[in-house]
Order: sequence, then structure tokens, then C-alpha cells
Amino acid sequence: MCLAVPVKVLAINGVEASVELGGVVRSASLMLVPDTKVGDYILLHAGFAIQKLDEEEAGETIRLLNELAKEA
Amino acid sequence: MPEARIILGHGSGGKLSHELIESLFLPLFLNPILQTGDDSAVFPLRDSGKFPGGQRADEQRIAFTTDSYVVKPLFWPGGDIGKLAVCGTVNDLAMVGATPLYLSAAFVIGEGLPISTLRRIVTSMKRAAREAGVKIVTGDTKVVEKGSADGLFINTAGVGLLAGGVNISGSNARPGDMVIISGTVGDHGIAVLSAREGLTFRNNFKSDVAPLNHLVAAMLKTSHKIHVLRDPTRGGLATTLNEIARQSGVGIRIIEEKIPVREEVVAVCEILGYDPLHVANEGKVVACVAPEDAEKLIAVMRGSPYGSEATIIGEVLAEPKTRVMLKTRVGGTRIIDMLAGEMLPRIC
Amino acid sequence: MRFIDEFRNAAAGQSLVSRIQKKKTPAVNLMEVCGTHTVAIFKHGIRQLLPETVNLISGPGCPVCVTPNADIDKAIALAQNAGIILVTFGDMIKVPGSYSSLNQVKAAGADIRVVYSVLDALRMAEDNPRKSVVFFGVGFETTAPTTASAILEAERRGIDNFFLLSVHKVMPPAMKLLIDADEVHIDGFICPGHVSTIIGSVPYEFIPRQYGIPCVITGFEPLDILQGIDMLLEQVAGGAPRVSIQYRRVVRPEGNPVALKYLATVFEVADARWRGIGNIPGSGLKLGQKYRRFDAEHAFNIVTRPAREAKGCRCGDVLRGVCLPAECHLFGKTCTPEHPTGPCMVSTEGTCSAWYLYREKE
Repeated sequence: MCLAVPVKVLAINGVEASVELGGVVRSASLMLVPDTKVGDYILLHAGFAIQKLDEEEAGETIRLLNELAKEA
Repeated sequence: MPEARIILGHGSGGKLSHELIESLFLPLFLNPILQTGDDSAVFPLRDSGKFPGGQRADEQRIAFTTDSYVVKPLFWPGGDIGKLAVCGTVNDLAMVGATPLYLSAAFVIGEGLPISTLRRIVTSMKRAAREAGVKIVTGDTKVVEKGSADGLFINTAGVGLLAGGVNISGSNARPGDMVIISGTVGDHGIAVLSAREGLTFRNNFKSDVAPLNHLVAAMLKTSHKIHVLRDPTRGGLATTLNEIARQSGVGIRIIEEKIPVREEVVAVCEILGYDPLHVANEGKVVACVAPEDAEKLIAVMRGSPYGSEATIIGEVLAEPKTRVMLKTRVGGTRIIDMLAGEMLPRIC
Repeated sequence: MRFIDEFRNAAAGQSLVSRIQKKKTPAVNLMEVCGTHTVAIFKHGIRQLLPETVNLISGPGCPVCVTPNADIDKAIALAQNAGIILVTFGDMIKVPGSYSSLNQVKAAGADIRVVYSVLDALRMAEDNPRKSVVFFGVGFETTAPTTASAILEAERRGIDNFFLLSVHKVMPPAMKLLIDADEVHIDGFICPGHVSTIIGSVPYEFIPRQYGIPCVITGFEPLDILQGIDMLLEQVAGGAPRVSIQYRRVVRPEGNPVALKYLATVFEVADARWRGIGNIPGSGLKLGQKYRRFDAEHAFNIVTRPAREAKGCRCGDVLRGVCLPAECHLFGKTCTPEHPTGPCMVSTEGTCSAWYLYREKE
């Protein structure tokens, strides 16, 4: 379990955010990640943000994977 | 002043029905055959100029198709039920290699539908018919009680003519054929879904509903080795490829990286748990063609408004028979099946 | 798309596959607990990229599959009450209960609605004040906090016609039971990435500590899964088992404290029956005393006939990793996605469904 996708926070109105993935805009509740800011990436599941994406960690993993890609 | 709405009387065949036909349908679907006002449209088999190389009337093959359109909502980004009703039937004729000529249009209208909505839809049909070069020559109107028809159902039937020697069928795919798609997959289904689910798009994302007969005509002029043409409507590309594989008794292998998909379609599918290969298209054609003609067909398609992103996505194989395989981005392989049941949003 | 495309890079995938192949691992069983992992592994054709010696086994992490017939029967009974709107995620609608499914009951006229989010159900309660809206709460720790949030919202807004039928479950107790049962020897766990965004890594620590089995918390993109398997194989070879996190971009050791707090506020841990496994102590989530008024089982008198399992159905064995779908006599014959006998075939992430839909060979 389960289906969750990383989306970008475009705007915040109270506890609700407008989020975007690939040009698609949807709303998401920030009840579970209340310190979210505009511009953050959050993980969207069933209409809720369930965690903030750690861009530094993501960058690290991507860098590692790119290194591997060069070896191929 | 209250908005004028369709009432049961409009479907009863009497004065109100005639008023509706004369004030709404006739002026929009204007043509002499329709205006005759008889119970059936009457027209000669040959529409002058369409068939160089004259065939005898008794050798002339006719293509004939029908479809009913029950989509909800009635309007979505890039289209409406009317445009779909014309294009869908035009495309079914085009997919067997026929030149579409005449359509019928039968309306089952739910009591209470605003007449302005009906006018909008019929205007859309007129535009689509004009683009396709077909005439709507006969029709029918019924009105049913509120709630019975979701607003509006439309049935269209279409008649077209086949030139001699054209033999295109889902059972004609041969091992070695290249599989071509005319553009991005999943646009229509996602556009309709967005209207239903309140999804919005940052850019100009819309359904791909379009009449494909001109594109197909250009393709047929370029190559005589087109074995299969199919428009991947409900059930998506996956379902259509499976149908072809079964009908022809062949295998098909497509390559994930080559399948054109718009970012918005990928995004909605990621969020709701759908597979773009199972999402409906209404303005795309899949073709199985002899490999030597593939490149020139792609070139011709890319020069056409509805084929600008045409690409080869795979090939037809002798084995495994009736199976469609996908080579994934990371190099694995899996089977693609037809859509089973309906697509529902998931959390898992 | 950012943070998705980078994890689908073909060249990096090939490199990871080479690395895994070069390891010359002896025969090992790796269990991917989570149903979404099962599907992702099939979707990207990962099984055939791995060496013969690495065997991936699917576990019971499909919340739909492990919901017993009796619970589905309860949802159906509630739906058949004229004053109730039964609201569910799409995943549950086709799953057969003892006698029927939500889909069939819907076709016969019951007011059953499918939603993407529990918040849609809350809205329905507000829009239909004269009806009772019962939300069928399915899912593990990823989804349960969203239900908890909805209950808290309902309380805040004074919505008194919103109810919950909770079949929410938690993962770690089931993992413990599988290890103790020892029906299948598990050499490593691919731990569920999204459950872990909520619970963090600590709840899995008993696994390497008590049993010496390594764990890697893994994401769902193809590169995540390949990297996760690579990390797990390293641990298996290295002999110092621990819980490591591959899915670092969203999983932190402490998880999501806000979500955990909401879970603790609204729910209490209870025993729960898992289909095919039986009762697992402390594996279910039921509404706590303070929120009992939202509990559908307390608010309504739910009458069901005795639950029964379909004859010959081996979903339970499949869920415990003891039986492959193809080994079930019903698989592909009387049990298909169009005509499913058990939930493993119906659920989009059921093992049998994944095998059937994505099978790599005949």
C-alpha cells in the first residue's frame, strides 16, 4: 500500500493547498503536514499531504542514480 | 424570462416536434437531402468526384456503422457529446478505409434539458460534420421523462463508400508489421474525467476528439500496405491492440518509451491509479503496416493536423499468439491486457 | 515530472540490474510486504531482471485482500439500509463478501458512492443532512491518518451524520506473525515505503534485532525498487542486519509525528482478523472511547448472515506467501478478474490479479 505522488504546492488557503503535478491542479488537505509552505513538494495520498519531500535527500539519491547511469 | 427547456411534447411528433426540427435541427444541418423531409433519406451511391477510376454500381461496396453516445457530462475541455457523436461514427467508417458520406442522428432527450444546450450541441455537430465533409441527412427526436436520459443520448449511423482494392481489417495484421500510433494516448478519457472530478489544468489540455477521415485518406494514398486501422476508443490502446492480436492470431510487442503520452495524462493516472494504456481516445488511429512503408507513412501523418506526433511504437510478431507484450523502461517485459470492468480511483 | 522521472531512468536501471546480477547471491527469499510493491514489480517487469536465485515473495500488505468476508458483509448490510449512504474507496467495490459485493448491491439500488478521499465523504454528510453517511475505512497506516483527520474535522464542524466502519490495520504485527509462523523462510523484507512515511523506521527494528532479518524501506518507482533490492542483498551478504531507508526523500526515522498523534488521538489498537491468517493481536484500529459516537458498529444495528469463505479459495495461502497464484486450482479458471472468487483476484494490487494481468509468460 499505497498510491502516493510527489506534487508541488502552488498556493495555501488555511489548511487546504492547491497542488500541481505535470500541469494538473488539485486540492489537498495539509492537516497532516501543517508546516507546509508554498513551493514545497509534498506526497499526496487520497486527497491529503502525508509528508513533505526532503529535496536534499531526493537530490542525493538522484545524484547517486545518475552516477550509476554513467556506469551503464 | 425563464430559460426555454425541452418538454415531453417536443418528442411526441406533433406541432412542437415540428417546431423544434424546423427551428433548431434543419437550419443547422442544412442540406437538400434532409430538407426533403421524407421518412428516409434518398441518395445515389456515387457522390460525384469522390471515386476516380469508376467502379460499376453493382461492385460498389458500402460501409455502414452505428454508435450510441451516452457520455456524461455533456461538455468537457475540447469537446461535447455532439462532436463526439459525429467524429466517432465518421472514424468507424474511416477505419475500414471507407470515405464517409452520410450520417443519421437520433436524439433521446431528457425532459428539462435547456434548448440552448441542445442548440450548442447541434451546432457542434454541424461544425464537426463540415470538417469531416459529411452530411447529416436524416434524424429523429424523442423526449423521455426527467432522469431517464442523463440529459441527452445521441445515436448516429453512418454510410460510406469503399474504393476498389481496399482491404483493411483487424484480422490482417502480419508478423513483421510495424505498429504506428498517430499521437498521444489517453487525452480524451482524462479530459472527460477532469470535467467530472473537478480537476483543472495549467495549460491548454483538452480531449482529442477529431474526425480522422482526411488523415486516413492521406495514409491510404501513400501506402497500399496498410493492413489494420483501428481507433483506440473505450478501453484504450491496450484493449485495441489485444483485439487486433486476437483477430489476427498474432503477437504484438510495444515499447513503453516510444508511446507518446502527455504529461497531464501521466499525472492524472499517477494520482488516481489509472493506466494510460486503458484510457479512451477519440482522435487517434493505430495502424499495422508493412515495415517498408512505415517511415513514409509517418512522414505523411506528421504533415496532417491530427497526426503531428505519429510514431512507431512496436511491431507485430508471430509469437506469442494473441498476446500483447510491453517492454518497460527499465528493460523488463510484461503482458498488457484488455481493460476489465471500469476504471475507478484507487488508494492502493 | 519532478521527483518521478528521475527514478525511472533506464540507464540507471540497467546499472542497478548489473550490480545485482554481479552479486552472485545464493538462493534468497525477499518478501515485499506491500501490495503496491507487488504491482510495481510486475508493472516494470522487475522479476525477470533479477538473478534466478533472488526470489520475490508477495506478502499480506494488500488491505483490500486481507479484509475478511465478515467485514464486507457488514458494509453491505449498512449499504442496504435506506437511510444510509455507504461511501468507499474504489478498491473495495468489486470485492466479494460471503454472498454479494458492494458493486452488485449498488446495481440493485443501494446508495453506494466511490470517492478518492475521505474528505469527499465528509462533504456528502454535509450535503445530505437527512441521511447517515458511513465511510468504509480501509487501508494501513498510510490511509488511517486521513480517516483520523476526517473524524477530527467532523467533530470540529459539528457534523453528526458522519460515521466510520473501520477495518484499518497496521503492518508490523502481521510481519511478526509471518516470521513466527515460519511457513516460508524470509531472508529480507522490502518494507512498505508509504506506510513508513507515517510510522518511520523504528517499528521495524524488532525484525533485525530479534530475528536477524534485514529490512530496507523502499519506494515505488522502478529505480527505488531496484536500489532497495540491491541494498537488501548487500545486507544479506554483509551479515549485520538492520533497518535501512532507501526511500530517504520521504521516509524519516521518526515518521510523521502529526499523523501519529492524530492516529493515537482518534484510534485505539485492537485485535483484528486478517483474511487467510486469522486474528492478529494489536493489528487493527478501532475508534477510541472519545470518538465512539462516530463508530458505525455502535450507531447501527448491523445484521449479517454467518460469514462464509468461497470453496477452494486459497487467498489466505497466497497472502502468507505459502502458495503461488498459479498453484490455486481456481486461478485463471473459475477465478478471473471479470469473475473473481476471492479478493486477491479483485483488488488491483491483489497478488493473483497482478499475476493474471501482468504475467510475463503463460
